[in-house]
Amino acid sequence: MNSLAIQKKSVEYRKKILTYIKKANAGHTGGSLSCIDILNVLYNEVMNVSPDNFHHPDRDRYIQSKGHSVEALFVVLADQGFFPESDLETLCQYQSHYVGHPTRKVNGVEQNTGALGHGLSISAGVALAGKMDKKDYKVFTLLGDGELAEGSNWEAAMIAAQYKLDNLIAIVDRNTLQITDRTRHVCNTEPLAEKFKAFGWAVKEVDGHHLEELKETFLSTPYEKGKPNLVIANTTKGKGISFMEDVLKWHHGVPSDEEFEKCMEELEKLTKTLEIV
Amino acid sequence: MNLGIPNLVAFAETLEALAEKDHKIIAVTSDSRGSGKLVPFGKKYPNQIVEVGIAEQNLVGMATGLASTGKKVFAVSPSCFLTARSLEQIKNDVCYSNNPVNLIGISAGVSYGALGTTHHSIHDLAVLRAINNLNIIVPADNFETREAIKLAAELEEPVFIRFGKRAMYDLHAEDATFELGKGIQLKEGKDIAFIATGETVYPAYQAAQLLEKQGISCRVISMHSIKPFDEALLLETAKSCSAIITVEEHFVNGGLGELCAGILMQKGISVPFKIVGIPDEYTVTGSQLEIFQHYGISAEGLFEVGNELLENNNLA
Repeated sequence: MNSLAIQKKSVEYRKKILTYIKKANAGHTGGSLSCIDILNVLYNEVMNVSPDNFHHPDRDRYIQSKGHSVEALFVVLADQGFFPESDLETLCQYQSHYVGHPTRKVNGVEQNTGALGHGLSISAGVALAGKMDKKDYKVFTLLGDGELAEGSNWEAAMIAAQYKLDNLIAIVDRNTLQITDRTRHVCNTEPLAEKFKAFGWAVKEVDGHHLEELKETFLSTPYEKGKPNLVIANTTKGKGISFMEDVLKWHHGVPSDEEFEKCMEELEKLTKTLEIV
Repeated sequence: MNLGIPNLVAFAETLEALAEKDHKIIAVTSDSRGSGKLVPFGKKYPNQIVEVGIAEQNLVGMATGLASTGKKVFAVSPSCFLTARSLEQIKNDVCYSNNPVNLIGISAGVSYGALGTTHHSIHDLAVLRAINNLNIIVPADNFETREAIKLAAELEEPVFIRFGKRAMYDLHAEDATFELGKGIQLKEGKDIAFIATGETVYPAYQAAQLLEKQGISCRVISMHSIKPFDEALLLETAKSCSAIITVEEHFVNGGLGELCAGILMQKGISVPFKIVGIPDEYTVTGSQLEIFQHYGISAEGLFEVGNELLENNNLA
């Protein structure tokens, strides 16, 4: 996909995330907007996974440990053709399969997540199976920086290094905010790179909204043979909407009608800028 | 009845035999291969054992990931840690996500005896019963253990199996059959029915023999499947027998007894009924057998409970 096309996707995905959150009157707005560029690059540029090969044992896996940013995942899966986008009209509605956290009832979702601190262990298990079976697939998992306070992550981090799982790529969506405050003021998970390096991981730090940089980083694994890979993606919570960026209340804030209109105007402007380019 | 081997050893031998033929069988341990009697397994099949260290949350998470790729995974850890420390992983990663992990709770109930409450798992059936999509099996003897492990390996559903580490008597006739969700009747009788599970089936059987000597006819059932549960056998028993005593190596809260009581109440069946298990108090210090005796989970204790139940209901 050319650079312009992939940039346009990010804008379109943002519009859809906000549209379906508005319709559901619920959702994790800030975190979905902070990780959407990562998902865009993974699904459109990096991973070997599609509706056609989703049950094939050799497919790449994506497990979203920070399950609350489900709107980003659902919008991308719909765009990939895993289900009709119109299904998202039912997001969080009575009897809908489209729950407020990832569930395997939705085609394309690998594992049910939402309770934090689970994805890394599961991903390490899938990666270990890949090593045992001499398969080439890679396992990507997305974690929040606040989520890293869960101790189970560090159990998984140790064992991933123990088993030399260089087919495992953990991505931290480091938007530096969690529901209460700045992550560093709640339970400081920094210095993240040094911590993971000390746990035996190879670490890279990237701009989590720079699509080219993300692509290059994801495609260049393993960074060191025999070491699991950590990508620290520096992101902005609420990215793309001026009044939402880096503002705590948008963790799960739903825009009012007026705010929603402003969101769409800002994103439309961005689309037009890209078209001019 | 012959004294067999510990169910723990029967489990390890069975898993070893399965692993020889099926390379998809994987044991995952949390520094528990010694306690799980899996050292020989690890030596014979080093590529089929995964050690995660003392990290039970990661044990179940890793087991989930392995199972999701088609491996037949047995996550083996002391039941006290497996079903408390990693309860959220059991609920979400195994059951909710429907990954066919076999959770093996070793040294369950009060098997660890005097090591105390930290090492007892007398909450496990209650908490796991409250989770959707989990088969729960509590085998009484070596036969039930072997059959449960073989069944779990092929079931492709989440399963929890728990047992202790003391040698168990062989309870079953040679032609016995083991089926998930079907209790096994060890002895026919009509005055008192003992519905027991796991390592309490044997003392229930002994109590039945003592009662028979004074002319009280007793039925004994090994209710190895807690979920799915043999409701039909319970209802038939309530119709055929004058009184029911449930016996379990578990808190009286939320275990086999309350399960039976709930079913009977909802069917409008009233029958003289007694739940025998570990009461809601700090568990007394002692070996497994001493704890059993203290709380009446013994031939003599259950004999007394039987007589009292009949007397109190004017059935004696």
